[in-house]
Amino acid sequence: MADRRFLMRFLTLLLLVLLAFPAQAQDRVIRTEQGTFALLNARIETITNGTIERGTVVLRDGVIEAVGTNVTPPADAQVIDAEGLTLYPGFIDGGTQIGLQEVGSQPETQDYNELGEVTPQMQALTAVNPNSVHFPIARVAGVTAALTSPTGGLMPGTAALVRFHGYTPAQMDTGFRGVALNFPNSARRGAFDRRTDEDIKKQFEEAMERLDETWDQALLFARIDSAGAASGQPQRPAYQPEMEALLPVLRGSAALLVEVNAAADILKALEWLEGRDVRAILTGVAEGWRVADHLATAGLPVITGPVLSMPTRGSDRYDRAYQNAALLRQAGLQVALRTREVENVRNLPFNAGFAVAWGRDLGFDRQAALEAITIAPARMFGVEDQLGSIEVGKAATLFAADGDPFEPSTQVQHLFIDGYQIPIESRQISLYEEFLNRNPGLTR
Amino acid sequence: MRRFFPLLLLLTAAVHAQTAADLPPADARGDLLIRGATVLTITGGTLENTDIAVREGQIVEIGQGLSAPRGAQVIEAAGLHVMPGIIDAHSHIALSNVNEASNPVVAEVQMGDVTDPTQIGIYRALAGGVTTIHTMHGSANPIGGENETLKLRYGTFDPEDLHFEGAPRTIKFALGENPTRVHGRGRGIRPSTRMGVEQVFRESLTDAQRYRAAQRGAAEQGTTPPPYSRRMETLADIIEGEVLVHCHSYRADEILMLMDVLSDFGVDRITFQHANEAFKIAPELAAWGASASIFSDWWAYKFEVYYSTAFNAAILTRNGVRTSINSDSGELIRHLYHEAAKSQRYGDLSDDEALALITINPAWQLGIDDRVGSIEEGKDADLALFDGHPLSIYTRPVMTIVDGIVRFDAERDGDDMRLDVDPAAEIEDVRLYVHDEDTCLRDAFVF
Repeated sequence: MADRRFLMRFLTLLLLVLLAFPAQAQDRVIRTEQGTFALLNARIETITNGTIERGTVVLRDGVIEAVGTNVTPPADAQVIDAEGLTLYPGFIDGGTQIGLQEVGSQPETQDYNELGEVTPQMQALTAVNPNSVHFPIARVAGVTAALTSPTGGLMPGTAALVRFHGYTPAQMDTGFRGVALNFPNSARRGAFDRRTDEDIKKQFEEAMERLDETWDQALLFARIDSAGAASGQPQRPAYQPEMEALLPVLRGSAALLVEVNAAADILKALEWLEGRDVRAILTGVAEGWRVADHLATAGLPVITGPVLSMPTRGSDRYDRAYQNAALLRQAGLQVALRTREVENVRNLPFNAGFAVAWGRDLGFDRQAALEAITIAPARMFGVEDQLGSIEVGKAATLFAADGDPFEPSTQVQHLFIDGYQIPIESRQISLYEEFLNRNPGLTR
Repeated sequence: MRRFFPLLLLLTAAVHAQTAADLPPADARGDLLIRGATVLTITGGTLENTDIAVREGQIVEIGQGLSAPRGAQVIEAAGLHVMPGIIDAHSHIALSNVNEASNPVVAEVQMGDVTDPTQIGIYRALAGGVTTIHTMHGSANPIGGENETLKLRYGTFDPEDLHFEGAPRTIKFALGENPTRVHGRGRGIRPSTRMGVEQVFRESLTDAQRYRAAQRGAAEQGTTPPPYSRRMETLADIIEGEVLVHCHSYRADEILMLMDVLSDFGVDRITFQHANEAFKIAPELAAWGASASIFSDWWAYKFEVYYSTAFNAAILTRNGVRTSINSDSGELIRHLYHEAAKSQRYGDLSDDEALALITINPAWQLGIDDRVGSIEEGKDADLALFDGHPLSIYTRPVMTIVDGIVRFDAERDGDDMRLDVDPAAEIEDVRLYVHDEDTCLRDAFVF
């Protein structure tokens, strides 16, 4: 690590020198520019086509135009020498509330939990605040997109996959929609959930009943709607916004994101999903390792995490949560990772690194972890034509790091989202630059 | 048959995983030779291929080619990194209660009375290389209770066994939103503002000054002393420097306020806990001699931590403020080595500076740096062994040693390391992890 330290020192010194000359100080305004860029001499971890030890990537009109060792940079391209840097596709967080909350304790800034148990018509994208301070902080860690989801109740709303650049929700939208289902839960929430066993059982049964009723109602609604359309009559069933919102799930254009965690509930959810023709993605799946064989039989994709979380039972081995992703993948499942964060979505790469540290003996190596935050979620969300790897024709969403992006000491040096060059700036970095050597210091 | 017995015993030991019941008694002090490790001493650089000899729980020699003390267990540590046992200056594990929220001032209560040595969270912290924790009262009150410094001698049912003998007394103070929310808004009594918080300190400390003066006067003149008050005793001890202050705080202005108050009462030592905005007043903290114990990157969970930066540790360190990184969480305590590593993403701390955040610096803040926090001859053999450099994301803790006794061993330990198993429970609870467990406001809203 010594060389890296030296480099860091040098860069910091350079920064201080720059700051010492106000005339040359950096523009504090974050402005992004789209253009034609050629990144030369880079190590390229493409994810889907191996690693190119020394190559070039050309970005034009928001997409990757060329990748390879024998690429000549176009004459009009801005050239970036990426010597010593490695390129990665932007990371994707498989589950967050980013954009839906600004400050944790302030209800005025929280827009992820609408009143009501069944509210699939609530659109996360509507409430995503493109100006949230959290987006720049996450993206300078290499995380460039996340599923952001409503929470609370049985069907809290429709989640969306957003990219971390844009001035309107529409500009941030990748197109993916998934209706969130909190599958009835028999586990306790946290160490201080003091409900009695009877209460938990009763609430579980009530929730199952409500789920079945809702689903039957949705099927009927869809049948009436389809019948109306088939008969060529413009008449539609009586307006029911909840049911309208479930139509895309029943017709396969939106996924059903099934949040389920306790082993018994996972089995129940698999049973419930059997025979229901939906694009289901299981989320959470904290105790998935206990029932990995059942999950493997069902073969549904899984978004699990945070990796940095506690075992669910006192008798569990201390590292079970760290290993869950690896054990699920070992069982043959498609696995993506999530932080379930807002302000610390930036920790996604560290979650991936922890999954490797505890999962490598089970075959969950660095490549597996990279896939779990790039191409795997891209495939689950049906956006693998845009995101998840460095390939020609995909969105020019990638970053250059001076080392392994899972290692805390690594710095992201260049960042592109849809071909926009994003400055490595955030409020947290600005505060560092302002206060490292505060002026005035102790005396005015 | 007889001569095969030792071999058989050895084989059984290798096959059968250790349980919590197999752990040595809490008063055991080990003899060890750790051989051929990369030793991260923190205070004396990094030593390659080095041995550490431990006798009766203390480090007696650090060097090469050491011979094992008689009867000592030998740990072959080639390829492993050894660092001082990690110290968490802010924890709420191993406690059956956290907040006595019934009054803005509860200096009379002590966390040592609610130590729970059986919690599995203690073992999970050990499995993350932690050997000493500062179990703190909550942050509901401007002046909370006395905290307790513990060594993680997991395996005992006696709370006394965990207490870090000789550690200075410490007390919890709290500023800002928590005390004003709990008392002002929750109960309709002062403080409901940061102005009120200041006056709670000034009034309480003045009362304590007069209480102690009256005691002294009565002793000199042979008259009746004031009625005994445990609360006043503790507050007076703070003024006399017998009790170290650890203050929950976030905003820069409130930190400045408390430094002024303490100066007025002649108190010259404080550690600001959390202190998300400490970076804004790093020069003032350094000039006062105050220290900070902070999160690596937690922020935005409430308004007073919205203007935070994860570069806090780096800014404070570079400005000469002694800084530690703590957990305040039963989850985060398991990977404080990783939290320390983040100071290399958010700033440019050297390996030693980063590791000092979880070793010698918190030891100093708790007043136990003569005993723990670095690998030095004469210090306690509280050590954490890793399969690589502890600041790398790919590294795993493999063994944790307290007083020369191995209390976590990734190779030998069984899956279920609970000490206290409820034989009546047919089905064990499943508890999903929620983010804000074991934090400062537990028990504060029960009324």
